Amino acid sequence: MSERVIMDHLAVTRAIRRIASEIAEDAGGGADLALVGIHTGGVPVCRRIGKALAEQEGVSPPVGEMDITLYRDDIYTGLERPEVGQTTLPFDVDGSHIVLVDDVLFTGRTVRAALDQLWDFGRPRCIWLAVLVDRGHRELPIAARYVGRTVDTLMDDRVVVDVTAEMSADTDRVVLVRTGRDG
Amino acid sequence: MNVPLSPVPDLDGAFRRKDLLGLAELSREEILYLLHTAVRFKEISERAIKKVPTLRGKSVVHLFMEPSTRTKTSFDVAAKRLSADTFAVGGSSSATSKGETLIDTARNIEAMRPDILVLRHRHPGSAHLLARLLDCGVINAGDGSHEHPTQALLDIMTIRERLGSIEGRSVCIVGDIAHSRVVRSNIHGLRKLGAQVRVCGPPTMIPVGVERLGVEVHEDLRSAIDGVDVIMMLRIQMERMGRRGQLYPSEREYANRWGLNLQTMQYARQDVLVMHPGPINRGVEMAPEVADGPWSIILEQVTNGVAVRMAVMYLLTPQGGR
Repeated sequence: MSERVIMDHLAVTRAIRRIASEIAEDAGGGADLALVGIHTGGVPVCRRIGKALAEQEGVSPPVGEMDITLYRDDIYTGLERPEVGQTTLPFDVDGSHIVLVDDVLFTGRTVRAALDQLWDFGRPRCIWLAVLVDRGHRELPIAARYVGRTVDTLMDDRVVVDVTAEMSADTDRVVLVRTGRDG
Repeated sequence: MNVPLSPVPDLDGAFRRKDLLGLAELSREEILYLLHTAVRFKEISERAIKKVPTLRGKSVVHLFMEPSTRTKTSFDVAAKRLSADTFAVGGSSSATSKGETLIDTARNIEAMRPDILVLRHRHPGSAHLLARLLDCGVINAGDGSHEHPTQALLDIMTIRERLGSIEGRSVCIVGDIAHSRVVRSNIHGLRKLGAQVRVCGPPTMIPVGVERLGVEVHEDLRSAIDGVDVIMMLRIQMERMGRRGQLYPSEREYANRWGLNLQTMQYARQDVLVMHPGPINRGVEMAPEVADGPWSIILEQVTNGVAVRMAVMYLLTPQGGR
């Protein structure tokens, strides 16, 4: 097993700032804009993007969080039943312009579940996807509009994201863990 | 609504039981995990579309061999909000009235391959019996005067929402203690979470040896409710009154000595919470001014009942491939 740090605090902060300015540029005035972080790893990344938007761009969209456990496609297929997390969307989903945020984009199944769940809250005008790391191996036709870093991985690698919601914390890291024999 | 959350109970991340039969056999951690999960499910009932796809393609059979409106409806709403298909069997229309035994009824239902069976039966232990015989998850929705675990869980969830925690709180349960499954389940749950429990009622309705469950017995309502955080009133079953039941002479006499009304409420704390599992006999165990008063959290109990039952079904549905 080997571990490699692929993003440190500076890299994480830069990526989040860049994503925030791209969102601001694309969203125009930012009316109806809302950020939604996917539990658990997407939530702190989402808060950080929200803070960066406020500091750099002067826009403060509402920030929600969503747990997709009940929409998973593998919930009764042999795994233990996962703990159900908090879902809070403090804005009207109808007509909103949502940026869905996750830490890692992998097979795309989590995003599929998140999209289905958002539809049960209302009819958003559009949904964009922002991720800190895109590690490939997509199993569904899903792509992120904003990507912090694209990383080549093997199927059974793990990408461990340790990012806090606070800008000031300098403990952020993204680690690639290789479990294969030749790792 | 924002509900104060306690940390996730340490259960190694999972609830591993096939059935929910009573609170007597659950650990404190398991009870806390069920409550924690129920809090998360509550939010679903506040969404625009009050439904999640989690139990799509799963079947829940309601086998109610005793009359029930609210519990059955609550289980049905819960199952449907999880997208399960529900089937109701029971009552006078069932084959039991033609002489079929409970075991045969259950085996026939199981042959239709349900994932969860919800059972209400007048005999204590009937849910335990079916749980041993059947592969599907069994939820006890009341077995005689034994247990009614989802009712106690929703009661405890409602108290926790209002008071933050159960530890160190005092709860007084008033009514027919001897014949109540609601009481038994509540005593187990409340004691395990660290509450002090008092029971109060006519001596004919207090079971011998109830102190062994760790509760304080009061005959006088006024002393019983003095200083407690919560008063939980029980429904007085009319069939136990008067000549036939012999437990108490009349409704009026019961109401005078053990009924909660504006006069007796003066002996309780001003901010006491008043609960009732329903249906209420207005004017017998509880005066309308109390049932509709500022102390009452009865309708919150009903709302939480759906969340608790959703959580239980989510956790008990057996694994099966797709």
